[in-house]
Amino acid sequence: MDHDATADVNAPHSMGTTIIGVTYNGGVILGADSRTSTGLYVANRASDKITQLTDNVYICRSGSAADSQIVSDYVRYFLHQHTIQLGQPATVKVAANLVRLLSYNNKNMLQTGIIVGGWDKYEGGKIYGVPLGGTIVEQPFAIGGSGSSYLYGFFDQAWKDGMTKDEAEQLVVKAVSLAIARDGASGGVVRTVTINSEGVTRNFYPGDQLPLWHDEVEAHNSLLDILNATNPEPMST
Amino acid sequence: MVSSQNESNLLSSEGDSQRTQYPYVTGTSVIGIKYKDGILMAADMGGSYGSTIRYKSVERLKQVGKHSLIGASGEISDFQEILRYLDELILHDNMWDDGNSLGPKEVHNYLTRVMYNRRNKFDPLWNSLVLGGVKNGQKYLGSVSMIGVHFEDDHVATGFGNHLARPILREEWREDLTFEEGVKLLEKCMRNLLYRDRSAVNKMQIAKITEEGLTISEPYSLKTFWNFAAFKNPTVGAEGSW
Repeated sequence: MDHDATADVNAPHSMGTTIIGVTYNGGVILGADSRTSTGLYVANRASDKITQLTDNVYICRSGSAADSQIVSDYVRYFLHQHTIQLGQPATVKVAANLVRLLSYNNKNMLQTGIIVGGWDKYEGGKIYGVPLGGTIVEQPFAIGGSGSSYLYGFFDQAWKDGMTKDEAEQLVVKAVSLAIARDGASGGVVRTVTINSEGVTRNFYPGDQLPLWHDEVEAHNSLLDILNATNPEPMST
Repeated sequence: MVSSQNESNLLSSEGDSQRTQYPYVTGTSVIGIKYKDGILMAADMGGSYGSTIRYKSVERLKQVGKHSLIGASGEISDFQEILRYLDELILHDNMWDDGNSLGPKEVHNYLTRVMYNRRNKFDPLWNSLVLGGVKNGQKYLGSVSMIGVHFEDDHVATGFGNHLARPILREEWREDLTFEEGVKLLEKCMRNLLYRDRSAVNKMQIAKITEEGLTISEPYSLKTFWNFAAFKNPTVGAEGSW
């Protein structure tokens, strides 16, 4: 594949992933796809892009896998020390700002967009977006990664304030699934992590159990099953 | 004889902080004007990510100390860092506890030095800033760019505002504008920017600073006008036109 050395370096790099974080009345839900690609090859079809920082704060990683992993390792380390010194769980805001510090101060070297989500006793469920460059933005919901391009319109229409946990979970799964349908760099399974005052729950939605969208057809084990069905249909061109 | 041409440095090691960076999340124009009682400033709440309007609730007008107001366009992460520098500046000023406080002129000068020194290191803060305020009855309005170009004037603007708003202000600005007249003037400029600036967003704030204090309005939107005959039938009388 030819690399055009005069490619527009000023345009933001699209990142292989779909990541989402939404708040609901009681906590947050983080969601992500599971595809890690190296060029056109899928290096890992079941990655876990939702990474734990503390008991109550998790992040969604997008962009360079290496960069996002090293940032999350550093922030986990700093948060651990901070928690010991503070004597109580770190707040989501502190975690998000630590991510921001690393992203901002190393902006020339890093290529990672991160969504920080969690629950603390002071502010409840909170979502912070830390895109390329190290801006920090608190939002009721956040989307990121290359797959997110296909979700701006969807969320503009489907997002409602004050959803229940189940409504929010369904929204996240639907959204990641829609993005996977159109974004080549997103795929695999949908993972979600729900964080609230009661704790953390992980969920797993395998790729073959996601809803079918436009122009997608039901999966079968074999053509032979179709042919041998009770009402065998003639083969059509 | 070997002449080794260094192949296009566009994609050279990004660890090289010696070269200028590029912006990611950006805010568009800020407009500021002096009016009878002080300064009025307007900015929309958009944070663009390339051509995507990614964030629509970014506050780009902020208070600085007792007497000043800052508005920023350009890279939002750099603006957030500037706000931290200013916070420290005001903190240290307060710690003197001498009854004196930094006015807009001083803050403007501080910002100019910060921006210019970063520019000299080829590591700019990618912002254009508008700084306004009132101290001891004296109104002050100035701007600083990412390369340290700074000046003060009765009306300033950044980005697209330079091209679209300033001509309007040159014609219609007066020394004795009332608050209502000032707001209408700013809104006229902002509406124009909304029509013609691709990165403009229809949600904005207007801030007012006077000797008494500072207020930043709640976010609001402007009506736009599309109901013109020439818009409804643009190609009438010119068959094949568009």
